[in-house]
Amino acid sequence: MNIKTDNNTLLRIDNVSKAYGTARALNGVSMEINRNEFFALLGPSGCGKTTLLRAIAGFEDPDSGSITISDETGGETDLLSLPPNKRPVNLMFQSYALFPHMNVRKNIAYGLEREKLSHSEIAARVDEVLETVGLTDKSKARPAHLSGGQRQRVALARAIVKRPRLLLLDEPLSALDRKVRAEMQLELKRLQHEVGITFVVVTHDQEEAMSMADRIAVMDNGEVQQIADPITLYTRPNNIFVADFIGKGTLIPGVASPVGFTTQVGALGTGGHLLPANNPGNVHGAAVIMLRPEAVHLSREHRSGSLPGLVVETHFYGGSSVSTITVPGLDHPVITRRPGPPEHAVGEQVYLNWPAEDAIVLAAPTAQDQVN
Amino acid sequence: MPKIGWLRLPLTLTYLFLYTPIVVLVIMSFNASKTPFVWKGFSTRWYTELFQDDLIRQGFINTMIVAVSATILATILGTLLAIGISRYFRSAILEAYALAPAIIPDLALAIGLLAFFSLMGVTLSLVSVLLSHVVFGMAFVAAVVIARMGQTDSSLEEASRDLGGNALTTFFKITLPSLAPGIIAGALLVFTLSLDEFVVAYFTNGPATPTLPIVIYSMVRFGVTPEINALAALLLLVSFTFVISAQRITRLTDSV
Repeated sequence: MNIKTDNNTLLRIDNVSKAYGTARALNGVSMEINRNEFFALLGPSGCGKTTLLRAIAGFEDPDSGSITISDETGGETDLLSLPPNKRPVNLMFQSYALFPHMNVRKNIAYGLEREKLSHSEIAARVDEVLETVGLTDKSKARPAHLSGGQRQRVALARAIVKRPRLLLLDEPLSALDRKVRAEMQLELKRLQHEVGITFVVVTHDQEEAMSMADRIAVMDNGEVQQIADPITLYTRPNNIFVADFIGKGTLIPGVASPVGFTTQVGALGTGGHLLPANNPGNVHGAAVIMLRPEAVHLSREHRSGSLPGLVVETHFYGGSSVSTITVPGLDHPVITRRPGPPEHAVGEQVYLNWPAEDAIVLAAPTAQDQVN
Repeated sequence: MPKIGWLRLPLTLTYLFLYTPIVVLVIMSFNASKTPFVWKGFSTRWYTELFQDDLIRQGFINTMIVAVSATILATILGTLLAIGISRYFRSAILEAYALAPAIIPDLALAIGLLAFFSLMGVTLSLVSVLLSHVVFGMAFVAAVVIARMGQTDSSLEEASRDLGGNALTTFFKITLPSLAPGIIAGALLVFTLSLDEFVVAYFTNGPATPTLPIVIYSMVRFGVTPEINALAALLLLVSFTFVISAQRITRLTDSV
């Protein structure tokens, strides 16, 4: 089955499913995570990302499928056959789960003591990791006496001191306040680079995933929607869910055919109106195009393939301005963002244009999807 | 600080109401007079007599045997019961049944246990008192430990497993220490409850081995002697020592 012998793959998740009663938490999930990669599992709550993470760590048993991890020599280990304490994988819990009755040093040493390492080696490795996370002066403190950011560092230190092949992080930044969170995002990225461990982060915060991860798996309803790097996810989403979940944008409904993308929106006469669009997925039938705010240009004169609209709101944010434009036949307004001050006044009649390559055609949700 | 003014009055009265009898009792235990309520000068004579009284000494030994063994048994069983209920069953009904002996009226529990012992053909002795004390003691320990479990992060044990700890290591290094304040508090509670427990002991004990509260009861029937004041003062000292050390230990082991 493993025809592809890519030496760069560390973790291979193949067709993993898990149901709780009738609720399907994971539905045929497959993905490959590369060595030294910062990988994010992104999705709304209940999408299955945490279940997948816990299945890798060993705290959930998938109903079917396989999860294997490879070592340096290319040999593969079946993770699912091992109990959590025998897996070369560590998990940083959302609550950090620091042992309250042990000080920082004892917390970090706990995992090494379980490996029956010598006292001198344990001491040396704990000292080293304390320095890496900058907590050398807090080694005697109990977790209760630490700030949120410091606790997070201890949890991270406790996991990386084991030198796992894979570090799993469950919503690592959600317990921190906004300011500390931004700091720790950079810190996590720096640490991952420094220790050279593959990180898999679970998050529901798309900005967090976009700013930290090399690649992101977007999940919904227990299924993988798309796996790609942040720029591809933003500019070439696979489907409406990904387009909607990542970044901001406007969807314009219509019909895709070999001729192009036609729409009734804009009230430009009967029979539909051809709009500039890019159809990399060769979608046929009911479809939408997704327009990012910065892709839409406004002009005063009509050009071929432009949509008419009315400026209803403008906001100037110093460096850039955001305008809200209503288009006849479209039930939600189009948002545009341009550098500099707004070029059009509220109440002005404008035309919307965009380069064809920036308007991605996506299959419209079927009636079945809408029921869900 | 806000002025409370007149609120000091009811506060003072409440404390007087609570502690006057105790203070009088302790003072009277040092009274040289044989009649309990006439002061005739300071004396430790009753304490000396207390220690020479065979009946009281035997009662004290019996009580200690029961209290110490009941505390040990009830603490172990109650802790396991608490872990079992909150980890593996999560059933409100099961929990209610486990904790019920702590709230069932002593009299009902005593009669029930007596009926049980005679049905099983058990000769009433210190052993039957001990078993009876374990019944309600276990419920008290379980109640305290379950409350403690509610406050501890349930992912601690998963974290231990994740870091390479097997089930046994996780139990002894993580589960037990994180529950320790609750377990210690429960044990001290059972000890103090068993120490002066009368109703259940009276029903389930054999005639040859009276515990201290039963000895005191039979003595008081002929009037309160200064000797009993001295005994009560000593019991008070023991209880205070235990409660204060319980608080100290809980604070030390706690993560606060």
